[in-house]
Amino acid sequence: MGADHHGPAKGLTRWLFTTNHKDIGSMYLWFSFAMFLLGGSFALVIRSELFQPGLQLVRPEFFNQMTTMHGLVMVFGAIMPAWVGLANWMVPLMIGAPDMALPRMNNWSFWILPFAFTMLSLTFFMDGGAPNFGWTFYAPLSTTYAPPSVTYFIFAVHLMGMSSIMGSINIIATIMNMRAPGMTYMKMPMFVWTWFITAFLLIAVMPVLAGAVTMMLFDIHFGTSFFSAAGGGDPVLFQHVFWFFGHPEVYIMILPAFGVVSEVLPTFSRKPLFGYSSMVYATASIAFLSFVVWAHHMYTVGMPIAGELFFMYATMLIAVPTGVKVFNWISTMFRGSMTFETPMLFAIAFIILFTIGGLSGVMLSLAPLDFQYQDTYFVVAHFHYVLVQGALFSIYCGVYYWLPKWTGHMYDETLAKTHFWMTFIGVNTAFFPMHFVGLAGMPRRIPDYSLQFADFNMLSSIGAFITGFSQLIFVVVLLKCIKGGKSATDQVWDGAQGLEWTVPSPAPYHTFTIPPQVR
Amino acid sequence: MPTKSTRNIALRLGAVAVGMFGFGFALVPLYDVMCKVLGISRETIVTQSQLDPDAAQADMSRTVTMQFLANKNDGMAWEFRPSQFEMDVNPGAMNNTTFYVRNPAHRAMIAQAVPSVSPPEAAPFLHKTECFCFRQQTLAGGEALDMPLQFVVDQALPKKIRTITLSYTLFDVTTMAAAPDQRVGFRN
Amino acid sequence: MLRAQHRRRLMAGAISMAALVLQPALALAEQVERSDTNMRVGATDVSHQVYDLHMFSLWICVAIGVIVFGVMFYSIFAHRKSRGAVAAHFHESTKLEIAWTIVPFVILIFMAVPATKTLTDMYDTRDAALDVQITGYQWKWKYSYPKEGVEYFSSLRTPRDEIDNLAPKGENYLLDVDEPLVIPAGKKVRFLVTAADVIHSWWMPDFAVKKDGIPGFINEAWANVPEPGIYRGQCTELCGKDHGFMPIVVRVLPEGEFNTWLASRKEEAVEERALMAQNFTMDQSMERGKGVYEKVCAACHQPNGEGIPGAFPALKGSAIAMGPMEGHIDIIVNGKAGTAMAAFGAQLSEVDLAAVIVYERNAWGNNVGDMLQPIDVANFKKGK
Repeated sequence: MGADHHGPAKGLTRWLFTTNHKDIGSMYLWFSFAMFLLGGSFALVIRSELFQPGLQLVRPEFFNQMTTMHGLVMVFGAIMPAWVGLANWMVPLMIGAPDMALPRMNNWSFWILPFAFTMLSLTFFMDGGAPNFGWTFYAPLSTTYAPPSVTYFIFAVHLMGMSSIMGSINIIATIMNMRAPGMTYMKMPMFVWTWFITAFLLIAVMPVLAGAVTMMLFDIHFGTSFFSAAGGGDPVLFQHVFWFFGHPEVYIMILPAFGVVSEVLPTFSRKPLFGYSSMVYATASIAFLSFVVWAHHMYTVGMPIAGELFFMYATMLIAVPTGVKVFNWISTMFRGSMTFETPMLFAIAFIILFTIGGLSGVMLSLAPLDFQYQDTYFVVAHFHYVLVQGALFSIYCGVYYWLPKWTGHMYDETLAKTHFWMTFIGVNTAFFPMHFVGLAGMPRRIPDYSLQFADFNMLSSIGAFITGFSQLIFVVVLLKCIKGGKSATDQVWDGAQGLEWTVPSPAPYHTFTIPPQVR
Repeated sequence: MPTKSTRNIALRLGAVAVGMFGFGFALVPLYDVMCKVLGISRETIVTQSQLDPDAAQADMSRTVTMQFLANKNDGMAWEFRPSQFEMDVNPGAMNNTTFYVRNPAHRAMIAQAVPSVSPPEAAPFLHKTECFCFRQQTLAGGEALDMPLQFVVDQALPKKIRTITLSYTLFDVTTMAAAPDQRVGFRN
Repeated sequence: MLRAQHRRRLMAGAISMAALVLQPALALAEQVERSDTNMRVGATDVSHQVYDLHMFSLWICVAIGVIVFGVMFYSIFAHRKSRGAVAAHFHESTKLEIAWTIVPFVILIFMAVPATKTLTDMYDTRDAALDVQITGYQWKWKYSYPKEGVEYFSSLRTPRDEIDNLAPKGENYLLDVDEPLVIPAGKKVRFLVTAADVIHSWWMPDFAVKKDGIPGFINEAWANVPEPGIYRGQCTELCGKDHGFMPIVVRVLPEGEFNTWLASRKEEAVEERALMAQNFTMDQSMERGKGVYEKVCAACHQPNGEGIPGAFPALKGSAIAMGPMEGHIDIIVNGKAGTAMAAFGAQLSEVDLAAVIVYERNAWGNNVGDMLQPIDVANFKKGK
């Protein structure tokens, strides 16, 4: 790098005041990994309690706090910031931009997050404990009947929302304004495309979530009755507002995953992505459809049949573009020349396991069946297949894929493959039996269950512990890779295409200060 | 430094975010509108003068079973029950019934009855011309009352609906009633 | 699909026939097959439809999975670099892409048609023979038969010791209640579901009925259960601390037995109502209370309420008699452990209990001035 480019500042101030997209991306990723371990430890408390029937470790009230905080921390603290982190690191590198379009806002949107989650975590030490009404916080359980800490929960959600919205504005502005000459929209890498669409979803729905919690705040403290029948409101309205946010939110967590997998598969198949433009259109249609299916989370609230049918048909439609994506991925692999490094393993596992989650999603979309599935472990199995084996696996996929570019060293492949296989075995042992107990009639969010569910729950708990402790292997891989290891080439993977592989490994503090020319 | 056009994009997107925040609140009235359009409004209130004159002609050839339920929300101490559970009515004809209510407490209390109709498709065809649910009810300690309900089932009620259940839930609003103007609601 | 359904019904028929022949009492035993790995077939026509649709869509999903993963695994096996595969360069095919947009769409239509039919059936609550109202409370259910004026609470019966692992767990651990919902066999029963505090959800898997109870609003569902038996379910909407401890049990009785049961419950209800309906004035209560006091209490606490120092405490000016009403009712109804004060809750009627408490609070210059009605005592006993 030229002498006119200053490097990173020294010490703590580098991280506090940085406006560098790579620094901020790294902080997002470290933060999300910390939250992942925190949310994971909550999950282990849950699974320990559910290891056997009867109440052993925790009381029901604390159990409810665990399920609630597990959901909130994983969704808002682990998965979403991990995606924003990957976007920060990779989007400028992939479109040939020197940095994000709004670097100072970037710093802000990250530094809000630690405050939000500190506030959320401190609720454990308040009277009445942490939020205990589920991550979906249905009124009136989350309003009239909530612990006093709900107010801090609301402020925490506001902060997370602000962070996400600022992050999204930044990503959109970067993609629209900072592309290298010749990088047209239809030449953008799929990861950039999926994030572009995700960012619009975020801007559209995070404010609605903010609206929902604001209405709660008013109901709790200022005597309004948005969600209370006593004053002319309606608790079902809360669910409509929440899921208007909540369903697109699910796609916010999974669309970037589609992007990562669409980057990794061509690299390790040494063959271009099949059906690039249909991938773009499929992503856009999924995003669009996500706005008109929200009430499929509410089949049992007593909607009139016309409403049920509308939401059922609309939901089933989502299977079509999602299917197109899966078929395109498989066609990408077909007649390629495949090798199976860790990112590829995670990508293939993603396709299989996400498809299983997608297929159980089709079953769930059928309203009469949903009456039997709703709020059982079948649903828990479904969304964990989509969010753990889907979103989390693809985050690992992306991290392993780009790790050599970040650190300049190859990670320990044997150890990484061990991490993959242990995690693979762990999550499937944990979540596959949940399909069975759900179908057999076990409701979700219960601290104790009847005896017929005992065997599968024990198995699930064992799987959860395997998963949990396998993540420590990742910590070792990561630290080893940062400290040293075989030097990575600029291209890193021999099938890798794209601008991020044209810069040196590790990527210097400033890249693309002179825009590259894209043909 | 952000370029001018970047700032433009950011401002526009920010405006979208603010707009969507507003949209979240707009969902409240939109929800009521949607319910009305879909014919699933939980509650329709009209006064007698607003009734379609044709609808006021009784159709003696058809009877609909009206059912009345009285519920009390958590912590509501009042006694509350319909004077009769079922009555057969002719669409178009005016009907009267009462709900008995008693405040067993030793202090005055204020209650609000919230109506709900099942099946929801019947709600737009149930016209209440007089209902205790239109306003809050205040009873002194120990006081009892037969509260009147006057209603017409619209002649346009779809033929497939043969039973309508009208349920009231009584909420204790003694503390809330202190500042009634701050509340949103469909009951004006 | 149809054949499987037929076979299953034959099986169910055979089982219930056998039960009938073997021992009539078995007719009420749980003969509903409950799989540990799959959805329950259930006991009603609707639940059978749901089960068949579930299996139908499950097999479609399995078939799709087999084809898609089959191609993928073939490719993983055949097109690996280590086997010397050389990458092709194709990257689109409009025909293929159109095909795999249309085929899934058609498959979806095949699933949507039966789903629509079943949903329509589930929504047809008309012409029910019996209406039952179900109200969710934190953390129990109230069942009422509004036409008959019968209502009662149904809560968990599993002993605390079993939950805390201090006693071996019984067969119906966490799935047993003190008073089940009772409905007649072979009749269409309409459920009117609501809740009194937070949202609950009433789920009976054997009937394929799951409806949210929402405070202030009423929802409908129905079931027509051909076979008598005991069916078990649970609350399925997070409703607070004891969400996992509010099971649902439905006892389906042959019509005759059901009518007898309902008639006896109705009689009890009428008696209770007559008692509760009485509303006493202060003078009436004092007069009745004096009588009760002199008969039951005066022996120890003395007619002048001053008790016997060192043996029986005075009521005149006592902290309990002049303190909060709750505490006063509590000691009269439940007694005081380790003392001579007995629990009068079961010995005296609500009317007498209310009267004597009013008397104690207002006699001998205790002038507290508050009133208590029989209904309040009854509510106290119910734990409210």
